[in-house]
Amino acid sequence: MRRFSWFNATSLTLGFAFLYLPMVILVIYSFNKSKLVTVWAGFSTKWYGELLNNDAFLDAAWVTIKVAVLSSTFATVLGTMAALVLIRSGRFFGRTLFSGMIYAPLVMPEVITGLSLLLLFIGIGLDRGVITIVLAHTTFAMCYVSVVVSSRLVSFDQSLEEAALDLGCSPFQAFRLVTLPIIAPAVISGWLLAFTLSLDDLVIASFTAGPSATTLPMKIWSSVRLGVSPEINALSTLMIGIVAIGVISASLISKRSAIQQQRDERAAERSDD
Amino acid sequence: MAIDEFAPWEDPEAKPIIQFKNVTKRFGDFVAIDDLTVDIYEKEFFALLGPSGCGKTTMMRMLAGFETPTEGTILLSGKDIAPVPPNKRAVNMMFQSYALFPHLSIWDNIAFGLRRDNLPKNDVKDRVEEMLRLTRMEKFARRKPHQVSGGQRQRVALARSLAKAPKLLLLDEPLGALDKKLRQDTQFELMDIQEKTGTTFVIVTHDQEEAMTVASRIAVMDNGKIIQVSTPDAIYETPNSTYVADFIGEVNIIEGKATSVGEKLSMAWAEGQPEIVGTPTTEFEKGQSVHFAIRPEKVSISAEKPETANAVQGKILDIAYLGNISTYHVELPGGQIIKAQAANNRRLSRRSFTWEDNVWLGWTDTAGVLLGR
Repeated sequence: MRRFSWFNATSLTLGFAFLYLPMVILVIYSFNKSKLVTVWAGFSTKWYGELLNNDAFLDAAWVTIKVAVLSSTFATVLGTMAALVLIRSGRFFGRTLFSGMIYAPLVMPEVITGLSLLLLFIGIGLDRGVITIVLAHTTFAMCYVSVVVSSRLVSFDQSLEEAALDLGCSPFQAFRLVTLPIIAPAVISGWLLAFTLSLDDLVIASFTAGPSATTLPMKIWSSVRLGVSPEINALSTLMIGIVAIGVISASLISKRSAIQQQRDERAAERSDD
Repeated sequence: MAIDEFAPWEDPEAKPIIQFKNVTKRFGDFVAIDDLTVDIYEKEFFALLGPSGCGKTTMMRMLAGFETPTEGTILLSGKDIAPVPPNKRAVNMMFQSYALFPHLSIWDNIAFGLRRDNLPKNDVKDRVEEMLRLTRMEKFARRKPHQVSGGQRQRVALARSLAKAPKLLLLDEPLGALDKKLRQDTQFELMDIQEKTGTTFVIVTHDQEEAMTVASRIAVMDNGKIIQVSTPDAIYETPNSTYVADFIGEVNIIEGKATSVGEKLSMAWAEGQPEIVGTPTTEFEKGQSVHFAIRPEKVSISAEKPETANAVQGKILDIAYLGNISTYHVELPGGQIIKAQAANNRRLSRRSFTWEDNVWLGWTDTAGVLLGR
């Protein structure tokens, strides 16, 4: 084992401080009694209570969740299809162009994506609202999904699908009964990624949202411009809590299944005859 | 010789289950299968043997329906199968990687194909249990594929491909992933199952010992062509070319020119050496170049000049001791090396020959084969 050294301890502290100090301060001040964000006046949970009575925030949260669920679902379907075509179809005319164009939005500045989508929606006369945000989020999230799913498909043994065909499946059945269950973990993490991206997107949503629909990040952003209220700290703390629970439970589940698999494989070796 | 010897290929009345008729398969410029014609009969255990890249896997994938021939037709029970997709063929395949579905239990893996036929639940259950019994996997039915060993996975793959009682079962290097001991046991198991079920098996392998053990007939392939199709003993004893002779087992090949032809053929092959006398099975012309191929175990080794039709003298260069037999590498005066095998029926300490000994090699005039190519 490495010995303790001051250099290591300092780097560790600095690293964690940079990452988490702002969040820790935010969480602490969400329990502040005072209305002034920067002055500590004792412990209280009243801002959480007020948050629940703030209809504007609740509406925005509801819009955000609707948008995130819809757009991540669409993005998962489209992204998985794109990944399948890219990995499976071998070489076809325009494949390089197609794959380049799928990955381009990953590096495209969000401002440009947002602006071009706005111009498109105005051009075709689509009223801006929840639908346009969903469409916009689907567009940029599907490339993330296709990256995640295609990295799984690369290592997918093609003979599994051939075996399914050989045993009497139609190509669609083979996909539904064999391929999809096997790549499901990648599809689910693609969905979660798309969901998170949609949840915290501010730039694209600002471009494509109309007066009828405001997402939570937009709401937070606009109210912060009028001054940070402790309510926002409370809201952010809740969001941090939800994300933390999600991440921790996902990693626990995958760790447990990895341990289970190892145990199974050892048992299999012992039972060898 | 048994009266009801299984040899449908010698019966002009027998109808082949599979016919390849002038089949060619090209991938771009690469010719994988080159104008290939062959018949395979019902209940045969047919082996496609050849080095990697010889087209044997392509042939199998065309039978399964994953590739279509570029030219020519493949008939299954007399019907052209080119337009039939893989899921509609009465052909099942056992994959080299086994391709077991990792998310399904062994029971469900075997039931997978049966369920696609919408069989009643009880029929599926009976059939799966029958297959589990056949492959002795009853105890493991509820496990997932990664919870059983390699040999057991191989048996599950076999059970799954046999479950639908296909007319034809394709086996793609089925034993490649098993260690030698397990492989030998499984070969006999495969033959046993093939006999019990009466299914036609086509096996792809690069292991000549495996092909010799399991197959009723072997097709030796090279560069998309079948060089010879015959029973294992005929392939071994009377190969039709030096390629086949060299591919199957060990062989000595001596090149020379025919000096006299007729019932016996004499071949001059080196200055100052007696001519080799053999029995030709095909026509040769005087002066034609001839390859004489003889298996090491058919060459006798002795201290005195033997009485056989052919006898040459040389010096032992090397001895490979294999336990039951030893292979002697004997160098003749011209530099030609001939391998001779002798059974070690005496203890090693009493062995009569050692390195640098001068010995006589001998073989009869029917021991080897004379080949034109």
